[in-house]
Amino acid sequence: MSVTPETVARIARLARLDTPEAALAPLAAELSAILGWIEQLGEVDTAGVPPMTAVIPTHLAWRDDVVSDGGIADAVLANAPDATSGFFAVPKVIE
Amino acid sequence: MSARPDNRPDTRPDNRPDSGLTDLTLAAMQRGLRTREFSAAELTAAHIAAIEANRHLNAFIVETPEIATAAAAAADAALATGTAGPLAGIPLGIKDLFCTAGVQTTAGSKILQGFIPPYESTVSGKLLADGAVMLGKLNMDEFAMGSSNETSAYGRVISPWRARGSNAELVPGGSSGGSSAAVAARLVAGATGTDTGGSIRQPAAFTGIAGIKPTYGRCSRWGVVAFASSLDQAGPMARNVEDCAILLTSMCGHDPKDSTSLDLPVPDFAAGLTGDLRGKRIGVPREYRLDGMDPVIAALWDRGLAWARDAGAEIVDVSLPHTQYALPTYYIIAPAEASSNLARYDGVRYGQRVTPPGGNLADMYAATRAAGFGAEVRRRIMIGTYVLSAGFYDAYYTQAQRVRTLIARDFENAWGQCDLLLTPTAPSAAFAFGDKVDPLAMYLNDVFTVPSSLAGLPAMSVPAGLSATGLPLGLQIIGRPLDEAGVLDAGLAIERAAGFTARP
Repeated sequence: MSVTPETVARIARLARLDTPEAALAPLAAELSAILGWIEQLGEVDTAGVPPMTAVIPTHLAWRDDVVSDGGIADAVLANAPDATSGFFAVPKVIE
Repeated sequence: MSARPDNRPDTRPDNRPDSGLTDLTLAAMQRGLRTREFSAAELTAAHIAAIEANRHLNAFIVETPEIATAAAAAADAALATGTAGPLAGIPLGIKDLFCTAGVQTTAGSKILQGFIPPYESTVSGKLLADGAVMLGKLNMDEFAMGSSNETSAYGRVISPWRARGSNAELVPGGSSGGSSAAVAARLVAGATGTDTGGSIRQPAAFTGIAGIKPTYGRCSRWGVVAFASSLDQAGPMARNVEDCAILLTSMCGHDPKDSTSLDLPVPDFAAGLTGDLRGKRIGVPREYRLDGMDPVIAALWDRGLAWARDAGAEIVDVSLPHTQYALPTYYIIAPAEASSNLARYDGVRYGQRVTPPGGNLADMYAATRAAGFGAEVRRRIMIGTYVLSAGFYDAYYTQAQRVRTLIARDFENAWGQCDLLLTPTAPSAAFAFGDKVDPLAMYLNDVFTVPSSLAGLPAMSVPAGLSATGLPLGLQIIGRPLDEAGVLDAGLAIERAAGFTARP
């Protein structure tokens, strides 16, 4: 599988990674090499084999649907790059 | 010299320096503290001095001598009143992947620079509750993605080891490279590590120490910065098997805050150690004997099998036919899970933020992540995003999860013929910085450790010999699910037979 610079640009956009134009071709070559190596998996016959969902079989525990936490807004906001009036602040979304 | 709580006179001969304390095993420290041969304050001071004298290794991202000194005083008080926990006064380093309340936690990444968790990870909290003294946060590959510690945003960790006849600086392995370097250099008695595809075992092998990754689910992942959630597992690193067993007992246990945490009793792993392999069948997976394998590694492996036989084990050949597909499977599943887990670093709730002039919210996300993540992390996010994207999901991700089932079945089939597996830990000894610039060459480091990670099995590395240039080499023991005790016993048998005494 050969990854094109256009594909890299699309993937970078999906991943929210600002990627300069000049980096697209080198990244395409790198990802092509890694994905080319990964593609050997295609040769494994997996007909009728279920995809793994849990590596160690265990049951998921239930708990009561109750509020167990809260009232710690200051702690939640303590690491925010920009917190205002009890909210996370971000750049304007609507013009 | 701090006063002894019981006011007994200091009976040490004058010529025995305090630094002798850093050479003790963790078990010997426990005994010395309980018999009041030395105080926790003295033990901690000796380790703080060792850390200060070895800053060139760059093993720590943050040193916490004040916290350690206060914890040592509390341990001394508890030891004096008989209320001490099992790890009272034991000096440990905590990998920077574990959130520590009030102490910066970065996962080795610039994007988390300045992040001060308001909470403690379950595993580090259990160690502290048992009385351990935290000396600081240990450096690591960024988000645990790396096998050499070259991807840390806080500079590479340098191994305390050197090859004979060379001054070239060597990698300490990764991703738990700060942990391995600190334990090997006697800066801490033990350390926490995490293992996603070999990140405890490979650095342990590179630095001549022991390390165990328990069964997936034994240690809570709560408060551990997530890399690949279906693979991530915490475990201890220390200078010998018994010390690992002591720490493992403290770190394991059910945690309702991690839905994959196993609700099972935790044995006292150290108390159960015998090193007796009589009646045990040890499997040798033939697919691990790679073409072009380093003859020194192959010879060490054969020696390990002879040692196991001497300890009473029967050696049997087994086959794990899908071994060659483990690495490509891992390099789909781990990046896929990472791309999802690392989506949370968006510059809104914690960590660094970069807003381009006039930029909107989407611009802020993209600029923050591009500036905050290093090259290897960006590469893996891209691979993960690609294999999960529409049109490719089934061909890559679903196929990888099917092959993962086959890899796990290989092990299940092997358990019909044997109780444990013995293999080399890594295909080579530690290498020099910059030796592996091609990502694929770096990924091959994990060829022997990744399959057991994909199957969630307990596995450990013990130091077993030296390379032609005097660098440590490790052997790996892999066990059935939940058979950490069997893995540790075989580790002890290998450790005793190998008589590994080399040190940096």
